[in-house]
Amino acid sequence: MATITYRDALNQALREEMQRDDTVFLMGEEVGVYQGAYKVSRGLLEEFGPSRVVDTPIAELSFAGIGVGAAMVGLRPVIEFMTWNFALLAIDQVVNSAAKMLYMSGGQTPMPVVFRGPGGAALQLGAQHSQALEAWFAHVPGLKVVAPATPYDAKGLLKSAIRDNNPVVFLEGEMLYNTKGEVPEEEYAIPLGSAEVKRAGTDVTLVCHSKTVAVALRAADRLADEHGIAAEVVDLRTIRPLDVDTLVTSVRKTNRCVVIEEGWYFCGVGAQVVDELQREAFDHLDAPILRVTQADVPMPYNKLLERAAKPSPEQVLEAVRRVAYLER
Amino acid sequence: MTAATHSGASLDPTRKAFYHGLLRQMVQLRRFEERAGEAYAQGRIGGFCHLYIGQEAVATGAISALRDDDYLFASYREHAHALVRGTPARAVMAELFGKATGCSGGKGGSMHLFDAPRHFLGGHAIVGSHIPIAAGAGFAIKSRGTDQVAVCFFGEAAVNIGAFHETLNMAALWELPAIFICENNRYGMGTALERAAAVYDIAHRACSYDMASETADGMDVLAMYEVTARAVERARERKLPTLIEARTYRYMGHSMADPIHGHYRTKEELEEQKARDPIEHLTGLLREGELLTDAERDALRQSVEEEIADAVQFADESPDPEPGALYTDVYAD
Amino acid sequence: MATKVFMEALSPTMEEGRIASWVKQEGESVAQGDVLAEVETDKAIMELQARGEGILRKILVPAGGTTEVGGLVAVIAAADEDIAGLVAGQQAPPAGAAARPAAAPAAPATAAPRPPPAAGAREPSGRVKASPLARRLASEKGLDLRGLDGSGPGGRIIKRDVLAAPTAAAALQGKAGEWEDVIPTQLRKTIARRLVQSLGPVPHFFLTTEIDMERALDARETLNAIGDGKISVNDIVIKVVAMALRQHRECNAWWQDDHIRYFDDVHIAMAVAIEDGLITPVIRAAHAKSLRTIAAESRALAERARARKLQPEEYTGGTFSLSNLGMLGIDEFTAVINPPEAGILAVGAVTEKPVVVDGAVTVRRRMRVTMSCDHRVIDGAMGARFLQTVRRMLEQPLAIVW
Repeated sequence: MATITYRDALNQALREEMQRDDTVFLMGEEVGVYQGAYKVSRGLLEEFGPSRVVDTPIAELSFAGIGVGAAMVGLRPVIEFMTWNFALLAIDQVVNSAAKMLYMSGGQTPMPVVFRGPGGAALQLGAQHSQALEAWFAHVPGLKVVAPATPYDAKGLLKSAIRDNNPVVFLEGEMLYNTKGEVPEEEYAIPLGSAEVKRAGTDVTLVCHSKTVAVALRAADRLADEHGIAAEVVDLRTIRPLDVDTLVTSVRKTNRCVVIEEGWYFCGVGAQVVDELQREAFDHLDAPILRVTQADVPMPYNKLLERAAKPSPEQVLEAVRRVAYLER
Repeated sequence: MTAATHSGASLDPTRKAFYHGLLRQMVQLRRFEERAGEAYAQGRIGGFCHLYIGQEAVATGAISALRDDDYLFASYREHAHALVRGTPARAVMAELFGKATGCSGGKGGSMHLFDAPRHFLGGHAIVGSHIPIAAGAGFAIKSRGTDQVAVCFFGEAAVNIGAFHETLNMAALWELPAIFICENNRYGMGTALERAAAVYDIAHRACSYDMASETADGMDVLAMYEVTARAVERARERKLPTLIEARTYRYMGHSMADPIHGHYRTKEELEEQKARDPIEHLTGLLREGELLTDAERDALRQSVEEEIADAVQFADESPDPEPGALYTDVYAD
Repeated sequence: MATKVFMEALSPTMEEGRIASWVKQEGESVAQGDVLAEVETDKAIMELQARGEGILRKILVPAGGTTEVGGLVAVIAAADEDIAGLVAGQQAPPAGAAARPAAAPAAPATAAPRPPPAAGAREPSGRVKASPLARRLASEKGLDLRGLDGSGPGGRIIKRDVLAAPTAAAALQGKAGEWEDVIPTQLRKTIARRLVQSLGPVPHFFLTTEIDMERALDARETLNAIGDGKISVNDIVIKVVAMALRQHRECNAWWQDDHIRYFDDVHIAMAVAIEDGLITPVIRAAHAKSLRTIAAESRALAERARARKLQPEEYTGGTFSLSNLGMLGIDEFTAVINPPEAGILAVGAVTEKPVVVDGAVTVRRRMRVTMSCDHRVIDGAMGARFLQTVRRMLEQPLAIVW
């Protein structure tokens, strides 16, 4: 099995799906000649030509809308936002058009469009470029929301997203593009809506996705070393539809749960996870579920402040100590 | 304005059936809207209901110039566009009534009419949101290499939104087979265009994007037909987009819940505009050219009356969607 | 502020209670701690005390009525307070009728009520703070959460508190004496498992011996002649069994599923027949008490039992049981073990019998006893040796003072 970057795994998924299905095309800012702002689309213009790798002006709202229209008449657009922060300009098309066209039309208009791009904070990019917006989109029925953490998941999930007949919001981790992992040579796809236990454990469930999977895994290492606590790390992979079964199975075993996400606290993804668990695993909980999120502030520029604002393994440890009653 | 100025004498007698078709279509739209307004007043139609009365020449003339496989996108004032495209009055009225037999299964309503098999791709209720969507259909047509045209109808208030400019730019840049038809009925709800736009000669907006544009008399169905036909030729043969400004007028309030006149326009202005009535205009031309007898006119009106009465009765008697429909069509398989 | 009066769990196994009588009537003023009613539990008649003050405004369960533990039975409030909302939806069950179908047989061990534990665990309303998991585990173990100390934030009872909790009777027992918990060996576990499969939850076996009671009865006559208060044969048996158990700790034990608890002190539970059943008041530390004390205590306990006035701590926590049907003319019988105890001695009547003594047939007063043993704890030879000690002591009663 080859070890490749998350970036290249996404590139492979795009390339393979464009080879497999000529209705798939990629559109966005700098995706062609420039080879992608983050080089995810490297080499695709050369292979597929400008009609399928389409550089756009800076006009997020309208090229998102063009994706919606193209999907309505039979193409499978992959719309790249340079970052999800800029996608807020296009949220009308994602939410008002893509998410509900099928429903409003009484089932007449499938919407096989993927909106993808990097999300979450990178390093010192300031308040407008450092947002994890999963919860915004996951709120909306009609959308599927995916946020992979590893190269393997990124490739397998992007392929499923492109093949899906529904609008998929695909949030990549800006800080994950250079991370490496094993990706098989042979064809595979990962179904949307399936979480994965990234590390098995018995004492506490750490729910996470995207970049926070690494945070949870580091915390799990330290919990094992410093406290003898076996944490189970559940990577949601898909935020919507949420794989409640996997969550409940884990928490029924561990009786405790900490939910970690890069987004803000209020109405975050974790709030939904907590809701599902309090309902489905109520009698199995030995402590309130705690959440570790970004600080409830716009992201500061200063390096120390930024670090303090992001969810960290230390915060996860602190939360686990509380749900495991190690501190009284 | 490049609108053709017709006289009765200039009509082609061999096209009588075509003229009668246009007339009947406009009468059907008028009668449909009148009965929809009545049903709304009776509480049988809910929500917002935006009537098209006064603007019939635009949809009738323009869509008559299209092929059935051309894609249509419209705003929330779109009963007429679905009807002209051929969606049965029964299915449109039933949708307004929210019934299972409606063209969107009762889940769209007045503002979200869809008839995908007839390439009528919606009723869109965020002002101008369908302008890029229509361009997307144009993009797909070009991508597939077929010779369809994507046509988008929107009100004049939409020309001030960002997506209008973004889309015209990309449509011109990428040479998409798209026709943007701005139905300038002069008021965005209660705001006159002159109070909202620095440049209110809308066709001029196309200059920014080096796009072809024409201004048409939106009260003259033949003018609308001819202007649109030229744009279709441009799109189908040369893959070039066009912006058409159709100058028209709505007789009703912005929606059934809004006043017909009042602070923003006068009753006198309304009466003055009604003198340009598109149905009366075409009727006059046909009478002048001796292409319409009283009997023909009466028969036409009678058949429309029966069709719409039937549509109302059908909508009235149709079942509501099954309770289970609430959770269907959220996601496709 | 109105105070709701609930049917309280007045015994460890109580699931519902019957109002025997109302001591206070509607309209009477009530002070904190006043006895409101007498409640007949599954074991005894107990007092239901006021936990607030005011006027007893409404009685919801009339005398003779039964309701489950936690059910609202009355409301105490100020004279002018609106209690309609509190009373709404409550319907008084008819006197004498159960408010719900009869409860399933009581679990063998549940926690006895204790004073409110760790600060905060119990809110002023009486609600116990416990995690959902702790509630479920406690319910499965038959534990009353009100008896547990919470180690979580604000005194919340959490999983580890429930897992660490002794069963109720054990908690009581802990106050009276010392014990040692021994994890059974694999062999012992295997024996336990196989015997349970073979015989049911408690694998009984039985040992019978006949005891010559001549000297014991002579001693009893002598003592009764000199002292005030009568000593019964049963009192002597209690004392002897208690002393024998001190020598045979292996028979003074509880089976606790994952361990066996061996007691140093001997608490003899004696079966007392009451009007419509049976109860086993406990003579604590019987091995250390004089015969006269045992006699007085056993008589008092039996009377209180028959009057159904026993408090829960008076009939729980035994380490070994005695059942005597001799006074009813039964010569010999077997008794059923009272879990988690490992043994019970069934005592028959003293009868005159011809026996061979020193090669000659003579008539002697004899008594047959049968010990039921829990084979998970006691093996045949163990039980036999214990019984041998009992027999020797009764046949040589001086051993009591030795």
